[in-house]
Amino acid sequence: MNQRIPPPAQLRPASPAISSLSRHVSIVSMCLALAMSMTAASAEAPPSLWDRETQRIESIERATASTVCVFVPGGAGGGSAVLISPDGLALTNFHVTSPAGTYMRCGLSDGNIYDAVIVGIDPVGDLALIQLLGRDDFPTAEFVPSRQVQIGDACYAIGNPFLLATNLQPTVTAGIISGTRRYQYPSGTLLEYGNCFQTDASINPGNSGGPLYDAAGDLIGIIGRCSFEKRGRVNVGVGYAISGDQAQNFRGSLASGRILDHATLGATVGTDEDGSVRVTNILQSSDAFRRGLRYGDEILEVENRVVQTANDVQNLLATYPAQWRIPLTYRQDGEVIHTVVRLASVHRGDELLEKMKSALPPPPPAPPKEPSPSPDDETPGDGDPDAATPPAPAETEDVMKDAGGEPIPSEAVARIEERKGFANYFYNRQRQDQFIERLRKQFDGLPAKEDGWEIQGTAEIAGEQDSMPFTLVVSGEVCELTLGQRTERLTSPDRYIDSVDRGTAGGILAAMQHWQRMMQTGLDRFGETYAWGTAPLLGQRPLRDCTVGIHGGLESRFYQHPESGRLEVIEAFADRDGDPAELWIDPPQWLLTTNADNLADAGVLANSSDAESAAAESAAADSPDAPGDLPEVLHLRYGVEPLVTLRIEQWTAATQDANAPNATTQGLPESEDDDAK
Amino acid sequence: MRSNVPGPIPLLCRVLSLSMILLIGSPVQGQPSLARASSQVQDRVVKIYGAGGVGGLDAYQSGFIVSSIGHVATAWSSVLDVDPIVVLNDGRRFESKVVGFEPSLELAVLKLDVSDLPYFEVPAGTTEAPIARWGDPVLAVSNLFNIATGNEPESVMLGRIAARSQLDARRGTFETAYQGEVWLLDLVANNPGAAGGALVDLQGRLVGMLGKELRDRRTGVWLNYAIPSDVLRAPIGDIIAGRKTVAPVEQDPLLAREKSHNANTLGFQLIPDVLETTPVYVDTVSVNEPASRADLRPDDLILLVNGRRVPHQRAFRDQLRRIDRRDDAILTVQRDNEILELTIRP
Repeated sequence: MNQRIPPPAQLRPASPAISSLSRHVSIVSMCLALAMSMTAASAEAPPSLWDRETQRIESIERATASTVCVFVPGGAGGGSAVLISPDGLALTNFHVTSPAGTYMRCGLSDGNIYDAVIVGIDPVGDLALIQLLGRDDFPTAEFVPSRQVQIGDACYAIGNPFLLATNLQPTVTAGIISGTRRYQYPSGTLLEYGNCFQTDASINPGNSGGPLYDAAGDLIGIIGRCSFEKRGRVNVGVGYAISGDQAQNFRGSLASGRILDHATLGATVGTDEDGSVRVTNILQSSDAFRRGLRYGDEILEVENRVVQTANDVQNLLATYPAQWRIPLTYRQDGEVIHTVVRLASVHRGDELLEKMKSALPPPPPAPPKEPSPSPDDETPGDGDPDAATPPAPAETEDVMKDAGGEPIPSEAVARIEERKGFANYFYNRQRQDQFIERLRKQFDGLPAKEDGWEIQGTAEIAGEQDSMPFTLVVSGEVCELTLGQRTERLTSPDRYIDSVDRGTAGGILAAMQHWQRMMQTGLDRFGETYAWGTAPLLGQRPLRDCTVGIHGGLESRFYQHPESGRLEVIEAFADRDGDPAELWIDPPQWLLTTNADNLADAGVLANSSDAESAAAESAAADSPDAPGDLPEVLHLRYGVEPLVTLRIEQWTAATQDANAPNATTQGLPESEDDDAK
Repeated sequence: MRSNVPGPIPLLCRVLSLSMILLIGSPVQGQPSLARASSQVQDRVVKIYGAGGVGGLDAYQSGFIVSSIGHVATAWSSVLDVDPIVVLNDGRRFESKVVGFEPSLELAVLKLDVSDLPYFEVPAGTTEAPIARWGDPVLAVSNLFNIATGNEPESVMLGRIAARSQLDARRGTFETAYQGEVWLLDLVANNPGAAGGALVDLQGRLVGMLGKELRDRRTGVWLNYAIPSDVLRAPIGDIIAGRKTVAPVEQDPLLAREKSHNANTLGFQLIPDVLETTPVYVDTVSVNEPASRADLRPDDLILLVNGRRVPHQRAFRDQLRRIDRRDDAILTVQRDNEILELTIRP
């Protein structure tokens, strides 16, 4: 322990006024209760040594409760973690969990050891999410916004250095924030630390994955690594913590059980002689290129944060999951352009999985254990055939083993489902179930007939004066959109892909077809589906829950509001290197006219309308079991431009003749290029 | 009577107003933030880049500004073997010249071509009010490990002054040229790149200059120290005022070869001059010649000639050419970890 006492230079004698106050203690405390219910200080200004010490003890006590000591079964290492939700979700480092695989044991300062399973991992950012089992009232830590943390702020590292916490009481070390917005180079493309904090609190092996708390006991970040060099693997006063902002960016996606990738702009930048950040190279396939970014342009802001150096840009980009869409501001030929850019994945295909295998050193060998007298004796109790558990065959030879070679307890086995590309598919399945449940609840008022939907109303096309009637028929693989005199009828997967590729109004059909299919077939028969995690919508927070469905060569992403669960957008991708068709369902009014020219205002508008819609949502929630209202507006966008807005007047089950292939099909105009663009 | 004992009502008001002040002010915390103390010195510390990057030698270190016209104090090291690049807190880069060099203090002073810089006073303190005392909290501000680049703020570490002591109290245990008084620190301040960084108190006043990495030869223990500002004050003041400079003099006339000194007339030979900047190492010393009488020895590294810096053999030969062969020559040499001043009489 390395607790510091407050500097003597700052101690001041209690002012004489205070002693006279002490006669009226009851009055004082009453006043404090009135005026200062949020702080625990006395009426002295500045606070006395006593208050500081009391506060510090309280902060550390509070913080320690949420600190987790991680032990890899079989004695093959361990580390620290921090609880962030009452149901036991805890953040730690990927390099702490990787030797353990799917199961580990975790100790809390309450003296108990809990089983824990892996939930999701982020090998590039060195984050992992685990879940401690057995309680729904775990003590948790609260994040402080990373921008509030300043160099010089007091902080505490609490954790399990050198795995000392065999009595489950974590070690507390104190220090200050030595640096903010630090960048630590990755080894290869893994373990990159962007925008992280640097501290002189003693950080040692075993502190990895543990929390860095501020003076109030709130969570600044996740401790991850140190500068060591020649002095051996002990602290030299330089430790780093992954920022709370980054951890929160990844948290939702980690909870989906996936193996996450990081983001790249698809462009390189350099700091110019004049101190500006310029694009030095850009991929033509990148979304940034499609949004107009070109060689030589000056980057001004990334997610509304001013960037002054190329380092700043990389620092911020390192904190985003792949595929996020974030606001970008740049200057081109003297003109400032605000846009949103979809970030590409750093790795392609199985590249990340391959790197994970090769990049990490093998875990230290587990100490030899005594041979079990009879392996069969250990199997009863493993696997629970009655419960709706994942297909974990209960045969003796297939019993899940932990890193020490012992069978994993059944409670944990029930929450582990291995699948390629996922850290733990069990959690992904949970998220998908939640998605479909919310979807069905929201649209239980829609006609559920096998035949599909027929929707009628008036359509407005961007750039055209007059609105016109429309008819939209969504029925299985065959869908049809009639806008005024024009009809687009899509009959095969290629046609849908082609429609999205060309950015036509037919993109509505692609999204609607997936939507209807999802409602009708559910997840299992839809095609490939998985929960993606959380992502901003048009660069705006709160982060939405995103679920992916792939069918017929099209990939659709369904975005649901995290609180209301309302389906807000379906993005239909024909190709990763092209704009998806974005179908917005009952979008906010401001969005209908939002385009490249006025996108800068979208942030402000989104925030104000968030408040409105939140109020509306809560009002709706007040009436229990109110049937989900039918959508009133469907709005199609490509990139940052609106294309078609459909105002719905009637939503019925599709009539027979729309679905049945008949002679008139031949007579209908083939999907002529939509000239609305 | 009432006037002596404040009644409950006015008291209540006073307490409430006190509370309001507290609410408006910064939140009460167990540990006060040192954010102000940390940020107020950032514009006076610099990052220094020079020679190195091979053989385990770092090519970077730290420094701090000691005059408004661009004098930068830093630690003497191999980084300064070339004219170093100095990066200010605002990201501006400057080429610099070594204008001051105190081998026995391991102090060097660089000069940038700039004006109106914020700078540290280098205080001397007094016996009654020393610049710091045992137990005082201090901040070490440096670019250790070269973590910060460009305009990024340097790293700040908190610790205490553990002692004021002679660094050579156990001679030979620590390999260091500096043997005077130091602040011993309880924090791991002396890391790669930290040398030349500023040690300041919580009011942002300079307390000392961070030393180099120092390791006990036998036990492997690393020592963390800083050279106190009162030790640095006079030499830095002399250098800034121009009373003392190591810049080679060119106003002294170049004498004819037979009228000036050279290594042979003094009775020693240097290692072969094969590089652009071959260091001035003594190879052999002839017996019963002026050099041997002054106890110059093989493997001595000549740093200064008559107080002028001789970074390489060309500069050394040039300086000797400006000294009349009937005059004494004062050589400042480094022998292992010692800095010696040898007066060679012809």
